[in-house]
Amino acid sequence: MTVRPIYVLAALLLVAFLPLVGDNYVLRLGTMFAMYAVLAQSWNIIGGYAGYPSFATAAFFGLGAYAGAILQGNGLPMPLAWLAAGIVAGLFAALMGAAILHLKGHYFAIASLVLAEVLLEVTTSWTSLTGGGMGLNLPVIRMSVEAQAQLFFWAMLGLAVLTFLMSWYVSSSRIGFALRCIRQNEDASSMVGVNTTFYKVVAFVLSALFVGSAGALYASWVFYIEPPDVYSVLTSVKPIVMVMLGGAGTVAGPVIGAAAFLVMEEVVWRNFLSIHSAVLGLLIVALIFFLPNGVLGFIRKRKRTGADHSKETAA
Amino acid sequence: MSILTLKGVSQQFGGLRAVDDVDLAVEPGEIVGLIGPNGAGKTTLVNLVTGVYKPTSGSIEFDGQRIDGLKPYQISRLGVARTYQVVQPFPEMTVLENVMAPATFAAGAKSVAEARDEAMSAIEFLGLAPQKDVLAAELTLAGRKRLELAKSLAMKPKVLLLDEVNAGLNPAEIDVALEMIRAIAARGVTIILIEHLMKVVMNLCSRIVVLHHGAKIAEGLPLEITRDERVIKAYLGNRYAEANPGGKANG
Repeated sequence: MTVRPIYVLAALLLVAFLPLVGDNYVLRLGTMFAMYAVLAQSWNIIGGYAGYPSFATAAFFGLGAYAGAILQGNGLPMPLAWLAAGIVAGLFAALMGAAILHLKGHYFAIASLVLAEVLLEVTTSWTSLTGGGMGLNLPVIRMSVEAQAQLFFWAMLGLAVLTFLMSWYVSSSRIGFALRCIRQNEDASSMVGVNTTFYKVVAFVLSALFVGSAGALYASWVFYIEPPDVYSVLTSVKPIVMVMLGGAGTVAGPVIGAAAFLVMEEVVWRNFLSIHSAVLGLLIVALIFFLPNGVLGFIRKRKRTGADHSKETAA
Repeated sequence: MSILTLKGVSQQFGGLRAVDDVDLAVEPGEIVGLIGPNGAGKTTLVNLVTGVYKPTSGSIEFDGQRIDGLKPYQISRLGVARTYQVVQPFPEMTVLENVMAPATFAAGAKSVAEARDEAMSAIEFLGLAPQKDVLAAELTLAGRKRLELAKSLAMKPKVLLLDEVNAGLNPAEIDVALEMIRAIAARGVTIILIEHLMKVVMNLCSRIVVLHHGAKIAEGLPLEITRDERVIKAYLGNRYAEANPGGKANG
């Protein structure tokens, strides 16, 4: 049995009722989950469907955070700043994608990793615009703490739902078909008429748009950003782990992976405060080792061997 | 008018001239055999026609349009299909999905349903219907070669370049493949056949072109070619000529 996307959508919408039952701690977790879901689903487009191991998530996230913060600082209303940040990240991805997507495998991974490093340096040195290493404060919102927590939770969850709809659309469209061809055999893809460059750039842009908006939303949420925080390499690595956990190249996998990762992170954080990153690392290694195709891959494999088994007994 | 015309086509790889000043005109409906020793430049020629390489010099025209310099996906959409010497399926997709890819992207099917219909007709034509839901990675070699043919048919090609589709098949499988190629040609597809098996070439081709060290050394009817001194020396060998006196070909 595979997990139908519609169930995942229903689950996401159910999460929207969290403010009715939980306190601010639960809401913070819910917001984090939604943010992780945006990042994981976005990475899944370029990494899962197209098979290009991108480490550019942090670049899109940080760029979006700074674009949103600067625009908001200049008086743009918050929702418009979020939208604009997504577009900025998308344009950046289109330009950079055209430049680095002809690289394959490790070469592409390293090129994409460098994007965040370069943006980090630029942001740190461009003090007049970004505040440099001092970081940037965002305008204060006149709202109660509770109302803010709910606002950002719903906004982030809304973004996660949008990302989900995008991912769902991609999976059943021509784009998704082209990307799956590219992942399995890029040369053969161009021989059967797939414009590989075009579809790879589209995938890279789709993997940036919502991450850029998530970065801006994050900036508004935490009120203060600084370069090492938003361009952290962990922002690139975590979504990959989540997608691996859930199942790469599937619609439901990244969402399941994001939830599983958040739970793991939170449990480990609470119980092993001083050595939490070591324990989390070990856990990730173990999971990737024993579940190479993620939770969904595991379910599918069990179904397949089950079917084979029944065929054998029938024969 | 020729459907495919090569004029003075050369391809240089560093110090190696892989294809050297080749002229070739292929008429619609022909089955042209392209033979020559290993390393003669046959596959490079296919790569030039399909846009994998851009020729160092010379021009390639397809259906009255210059195609040298176009990208592979553009050339494939015009109606030039190929199969690879080493089969190139999408391993994690089913046979049906594999064939739907060219129907969708090269032949430009407007909907999934249309692509599926196109793909199914190619699959049925090649007798792959029973395996349509099998993963490409699980097919036998003969099955994968057939899948390559189905994929190229689904592109609705005008010209089909077959790069050693029969290599690695056993004699019974080759006979089946021969029938398939003939059936494809009967649909009006022009075929360029790269082949080492003289039996296949002699059986199918109306005309043969011989490459040696990148250059065209002979061109003509199958019988003429088997008697050509240069071809015997470069490729067929004296034993072939002696075993087939008068060029009688039974390979």
